[in-house]
Amino acid sequence: MADNKVELVCIACPVGCLMEVEQNGDEFIVTGNACKRGPEYAKAELTHPTRTLCTTVAIKNGFLNRVPVFTEDEIPKGLIFEAMDEINKIVVEAPVKVRQIVIENLLGTGINVVTTRSMSKKNS
Amino acid sequence: MQNYDLIVVGGGPAGLAAAIEAKKNDVDSILIIERDREVGGILQQCIHNGFGLHIFKEQLTGPEYAERFIEEAKSMNIDYVVDTMVLDVTPEKVVHVINPKTGYQTFQAKAVIMAMGCRERTRGAINIPGYRPSGVYSAGTAQRYTNMEGFMPGKKVFILGSGDIGLIMARRMVLEGAEVLGVAELMPFSGGLKRNIVQCLDDYNIPLLLSHTIIKIEGKDRLEKVIVAQVDENFRPIPGTEKEYEVDTLLLSVGLIPENELSKKAGIKLNPVTSGPFVNESMETSVEGIFACGNVVHVHDLVDFVTQESRRAGLNAAKYIKNEKATEGKIVEANTGFGITYVVPSKILVDNVEDELVMFMRVNNVYSNMRLEVKSGDTVIKSIKRRHLAPGEMEQVKLKPSDLAKAEGELVFSIVGEDA
Ligand SMILES: Cc1cc2nc3c(=O)[nH]c(=O)nc-3n(C[C@H](O)[C@H](O)[C@H](O)COP(=O)(O)OP(=O)(O)OC[C@H]3O[C@@H](n4cnc5c(N)ncnc54)[C@H](O)[C@@H]3O)c2cc1C
Ligand code: SF4
Repeated sequence: MADNKVELVCIACPVGCLMEVEQNGDEFIVTGNACKRGPEYAKAELTHPTRTLCTTVAIKNGFLNRVPVFTEDEIPKGLIFEAMDEINKIVVEAPVKVRQIVIENLLGTGINVVTTRSMSKKNS
Repeated sequence: MQNYDLIVVGGGPAGLAAAIEAKKNDVDSILIIERDREVGGILQQCIHNGFGLHIFKEQLTGPEYAERFIEEAKSMNIDYVVDTMVLDVTPEKVVHVINPKTGYQTFQAKAVIMAMGCRERTRGAINIPGYRPSGVYSAGTAQRYTNMEGFMPGKKVFILGSGDIGLIMARRMVLEGAEVLGVAELMPFSGGLKRNIVQCLDDYNIPLLLSHTIIKIEGKDRLEKVIVAQVDENFRPIPGTEKEYEVDTLLLSVGLIPENELSKKAGIKLNPVTSGPFVNESMETSVEGIFACGNVVHVHDLVDFVTQESRRAGLNAAKYIKNEKATEGKIVEANTGFGITYVVPSKILVDNVEDELVMFMRVNNVYSNMRLEVKSGDTVIKSIKRRHLAPGEMEQVKLKPSDLAKAEGELVFSIVGEDA
């Protein structure tokens, strides 16, 4: 049997614990994590990796030219580029509020894309 | 000349948190002065998430983290001005400013908090031979262009330096359709957070070349090529290891340096190691009544630590204004021992520490399974086990008044073997 031990950096928070994960069938034995989110991350990463996507969308008449957005929850890693294509089609109009929905149910994931700041109109 | 109790120079997360804390401690007349078009500081261009886990218990993007503090400051009626550059702060706390609309003005403050953040080292600071074609940007400038102005700096990109901004920008450029051919790092380890290496480089198969540097750039009007080589232990390029990359854009992420022109002019003593002011337990500089916090003191990688440190500056500026601070008593110096590059603060007036003092420090190399030890003379005051230590990750040690009571003269912070 091959050794089922892998080293994995937890990216659930900026601490970045270096974990050792041993997979035993459906069971994951995790060491090196500083908190309980480590094992959750390890299991998810090894079965169905997901990421939060942070980017910007164009804004008309905004104080700046772009307004930052993110996926409200993590989406499957494999969908990132498709998601970028969808998000890049969007143009919003100022003013916007923080956490305003710009895409509902992104690519059928059930997850919304929302703004992460509010933005007033140009010169107002 | 207008009078304020407290003037805060810089409206980034440090300045905002300090002002809010001062207001909560009954300082009413406060002015935050910001040179940019809006407050929020560098966070406004950091559109990735990961901010605020300690303080808000959720992962916010930079702009949203900033917005929470801006809203809080507004709801507390803290005054701020934007598009206003502070030109000078005198030891007597006269603040000289200039604004394109209102012109030149001076203010008198009882206390000043320096919160100017840091700036990026640029190519001048590192020496790459060759022409100076367009297409070479600092990573932070590229970040601002891409995320705020909606202008992409290029299509085929190479990145020099593996600091966090470089890593974050590598992913950002790939997401926006560019190709990132590699990241070269002079040191044998990255200065960035591990999590950023995983989710910014590994996720997108961007190679990280450790112990590599750029030895030449080519292109007359626009950048065409960078030539990369491996370096030896003395950071000298090893002949025969050269590799060429055809790129139109080079991003430099070679480090940040605290912005302290104003501090120098004010006569504040700077620590040559951090390039930031020496501060005491209250975040007060060598000039009485002038405090400093955030990236202007030492470069932080986590904004939550900036906030924490800045609250301390705000609280103590308030105490100073109200004449509630101890000015005499037992003083302990904080010094560095083996493996530690710097410690902030560097001086502790013990009577001013109420419940706990957080000491921030950085190590000089990558270590595993070691202890962070705090000693005074022969007395070990604290010894904390650490599985992993790296220069890119700031360490903190919390000292209680009871710990400080045991200290005499100085505290030495060092790294020792597991069971030495
Ligand atoms: C690219 C990048 C990525 C980062 N990623 C993360 C992350 O993922 N997670 C995390 O927690 N932290 C992150 N950080 C760290 C965090 O953003 C910084 O530590 C924090 O913004 C520092 O706050 P500050 O207020 O000290 O400085 P700044 O945010 O730089 O604010 C300083 C302010 O002072 C103003 N100023 C300067 N000089 C003057 C003057 N003479 N007159 C008037 N105003 C002046 C500037 O315009 C600026 O607005 C990142 C930082 C950078 C640069
Ligand atoms: S295990 Fe916990 S502390 Fe460590 S990186 Fe993951 S979330 Fe952060």
